[in-house]
Amino acid sequence: MHLVYPAVLAALLFCTGLYGVLARRNAILVLMSVELMLNAVNLNLVAFDVWLSRTAEDKLHSGQALTLFTIAIAAAEIGIGLAIVLAVHRARGTSDIDKLRDTAEGHEMDGPDSDPAGSDGPEPPAAEKAEATA
Amino acid sequence: MTTTTLAVLVPLLPFLGAAAGLLLGRTAPGFVRPLAVLPTLAALALAAIVAVRQGGHAAIDSATELTPTGSVPVELALHIDGFAALVAVLVGFVATCVQIYSTGYLRDDPRYPSYAALVSLFTSAMLLVVYSGDLIVLLVGWEVMGICSYFLVGHYWETPEARAASMKAFLVTKLGDVPFLIGLFALATDAGSFRITTVLGTVASGGLHHPTLIALLLLAGVAGKSAQFPLHTWLPDAMAGPTPVSALIHAATMVAAGVYFVARLLPVFEASSAAMIVLAVMAAVTMAGSGLAALAQDDIKRVLAYSTIGQLGYMTGALAVGDRGAAVFHLLSHGAFKALLFLAAGVIIHASGTNSLAAMSRMGNLRARVPDAFWTMTVALLALAAIPPFSGFFSKESVLGAAEHAATEHTSHIPGAAGWIVLVAGLLTALLTAAYATRLWLLAFHGKGVEAPDHGRQPVAMNAVLWVLAVPSLALGGLAYRVLPDWFDGRDLTPTLTTSVLGTGVALVGGIVTYGAWRQTTALATRAPLGAVAAHPEGDAGLVEAEAIASHTPAYGDVASAPDPADPGRLLLGPLHRHAATGFHLDAVYGALFVRPVLAAASLVRFLDREVVDTYVQGAGTLPRLLGAAVRRAQTGNLQTYVSALLAGTVVLTVAVLLVATGA
Amino acid sequence: MTLAATATATATLAATHTRGFLSPTGVEIAFLLVGLVTFGAALVTVTTKQLVHAALWLVVALGGIAVEYLLLTAEFIAWVQVLIYVGSVVVLLLFGLMLTKAPIGRSPDADSGNRWAALTVAVAAAAALVWVVVDAFRATWTDLDGPASGSTAVTGASLFQNWVLPFEALSVLLLAALVGAIVLSRKSKAESSSPPVNSRPATGSSPSVPDSRNHTIGRKGAVEGNGPSSPDNPAEKEGAR
Repeated sequence: MHLVYPAVLAALLFCTGLYGVLARRNAILVLMSVELMLNAVNLNLVAFDVWLSRTAEDKLHSGQALTLFTIAIAAAEIGIGLAIVLAVHRARGTSDIDKLRDTAEGHEMDGPDSDPAGSDGPEPPAAEKAEATA
Repeated sequence: MTTTTLAVLVPLLPFLGAAAGLLLGRTAPGFVRPLAVLPTLAALALAAIVAVRQGGHAAIDSATELTPTGSVPVELALHIDGFAALVAVLVGFVATCVQIYSTGYLRDDPRYPSYAALVSLFTSAMLLVVYSGDLIVLLVGWEVMGICSYFLVGHYWETPEARAASMKAFLVTKLGDVPFLIGLFALATDAGSFRITTVLGTVASGGLHHPTLIALLLLAGVAGKSAQFPLHTWLPDAMAGPTPVSALIHAATMVAAGVYFVARLLPVFEASSAAMIVLAVMAAVTMAGSGLAALAQDDIKRVLAYSTIGQLGYMTGALAVGDRGAAVFHLLSHGAFKALLFLAAGVIIHASGTNSLAAMSRMGNLRARVPDAFWTMTVALLALAAIPPFSGFFSKESVLGAAEHAATEHTSHIPGAAGWIVLVAGLLTALLTAAYATRLWLLAFHGKGVEAPDHGRQPVAMNAVLWVLAVPSLALGGLAYRVLPDWFDGRDLTPTLTTSVLGTGVALVGGIVTYGAWRQTTALATRAPLGAVAAHPEGDAGLVEAEAIASHTPAYGDVASAPDPADPGRLLLGPLHRHAATGFHLDAVYGALFVRPVLAAASLVRFLDREVVDTYVQGAGTLPRLLGAAVRRAQTGNLQTYVSALLAGTVVLTVAVLLVATGA
Repeated sequence: MTLAATATATATLAATHTRGFLSPTGVEIAFLLVGLVTFGAALVTVTTKQLVHAALWLVVALGGIAVEYLLLTAEFIAWVQVLIYVGSVVVLLLFGLMLTKAPIGRSPDADSGNRWAALTVAVAAAAALVWVVVDAFRATWTDLDGPASGSTAVTGASLFQNWVLPFEALSVLLLAALVGAIVLSRKSKAESSSPPVNSRPATGSSPSVPDSRNHTIGRKGAVEGNGPSSPDNPAEKEGAR
């Protein structure tokens, strides 16, 4: 098999995931896109491993071993990531990334600015940190 | 010891006394008074010995070069001729009297140690000026005297008058000192040396290329230091300092330094007849103007200050007609009686608690409180008015005689016009002098009204000095006029008949007219009570004087004159009184000509600095701030924006690397 | 013999060299088709406005990749992929969507305002990567004949002979992730006692994302109630495998 196929597919998947990470508003969708990127990397690793072990350059099967490790790490990461998203949701009441602007310049003005669905007019600051009472 | 060694010690001893006083003043207060008096007394003794040894014979010259200057050499030189020897004795004598007087006058003053040290330093500087044979060394003494005057006039710096007066004295004399310095440099450039003997030799051999210019530049410094028109405005205001300071600095010594300098270098001035005319005109204006102003002053010390200005005008007038013997003769006798006048005035101020003649004329029996001051002041006033046989008569007559000689007998290098100017002004001033002296005497000692309060006896130190100074005021003239020509240039100093008669007659006229005016006006005194008296009359004389000075303006509205209808001066001067009281508005003129433009320039500079220069500075700061604000707008807090930017940059870098790698 | 050997070698070489660029074998066609499906599913995942559908399309993408692994003869990895990614990661994602009150149905603001910049970056990156890759591997073929290079036996042997230490470290990592996820998602006692002051009145007035708030007042314990009380997979909730 021409190596171009898996390599190009991996590149395209990676960029798709990239788009998703940068463009999606919900934190969980971002995590999904990260998974796509990781998978693209895994595909690359496997393809190269198969190629190189066949040509007997790599006896360690490092590609496949690393793929396994990546899968495990991705799983750990999604667990922690989701725990964080849950904590944020509990603290802020939203999992919208655009709302997480604490590092913005002049944030003490307390304004969620570019929210098109902003129905929060004069929101008291305490509300930002209101617990989400599920 | 050789005369040179003694002569070196004369300025050195008071200098060491000053240094010791400044260092030990706080730690060993018991030593302060001996350290003040003894070095000055020793200097007096040594100066007397030097004078005896020099005896009017050949000048004692001695010099040593300290370091090579590279161009015109500056040497530590002594040049002691008859003038120097006698003036040094005068300086030592008056300084000793003042130091002894001050121990009583500033008895309780907390700043006495520094005061005494500064007076000693001043004495040392004046002696340096007197003995110096090198112009730069003379300049050093000249400037040290200026700074000591600043400190001493500002002794009562709690009063705003003293602060203003010390600054004014310093600045006006400095204004004269700048052209003085340039003149010295020009002189030395022509002569090739700063030594006075060399300079005089250059003048004699005709080597001076710009005599008028140099003479005029030097005259500027002399006018400043000796309080001649137009740089005389500092002297009346300097009366805000303690009376002993006025006696020493502003009567006998510092103001005499200018006269002494011209006497020393008279050939330089005689080389330019234009300068002599200028000097004569200056003397004449000074004499007449100060006489008129003295008649309008209410502060007793200001009367004496204007009197000093006028008497110095006599001396410069004598120099203008080329007779330095007469000038220095008058300097010597004036030093004695003017110092006496000031010191006696100090006693009077202490006893009466005020420095205002208007207030004193409403106190009865003041002279019974201060009999020593009364008698000695009477002697001194008679000397001032040049009544024979007091010393002032002989010295003033020598001046008038020299003026007459220059006017009528045409000498080669003295323009006759100078002689006439000096003669006429001198006679007019004799009239005015007698007038204001009489006015002072009558207002101070013949007041009627409330009995003058008795504040106890004056300190012995003060009274004794008055009597000591009364002796030369009485006797110096008659004894000296025969002997002095041997010390000086040999010109005869005997009074001539014409001028004696004229001068004495004019003085008597002035005195009588004033007495008549006083009789006229004294009746008004009881109808208009006036007066401001010191708050703490039991304090030492320094404290009383400071309070008197501070209370004059609040009481009368003006530091110089009082609205006293009983003042004979008002009657005598008529419409001129208002102008004379302010010194003919010269202060206002200077204020408009110099002070206001300088202040305007200062505010312009401040405006430029704040609005123009600071704009650039702040603009330099504003630009980064704006840039920062612009950059901060990238801090959206949105993670995806950040990562997008990051990745965009990475992609660009990758593409760049690829292009470079493939292209290269 | 040498002549035969060289002839065989030359023949093999000739055979290799007669393969043209993109002259597809069957494996390649299958790979291409599955790849298209995978790529399409991935695209839908990142563009759809329905959040749950995104998760489901992600399943398709991940499954497609698993098939690709199989085509590449990496069997073990393919099954691990299915097991872990499709099996647990996606389930976790779905749980996350549920617990954060993701809306069912279209949510119009699933894409942030950043999407045009993101599109630009992604397209540029894609172009750069694809070009570089194609240029680099223009003449590289993998030989897929022969024994599977990713069989369980081979992979296992390689793992436990050569990669033991990283393997153990990975298990420690998983343990740390487990503990971390538990700690992060736990509500402490102090936290649960403070809300009555500021959350009651505020909750009515701040639905910042209009779709994600349908909570009820008064049951703040509901979240943690949901967590431990779901009997199906408490472990999935609190940790990752």
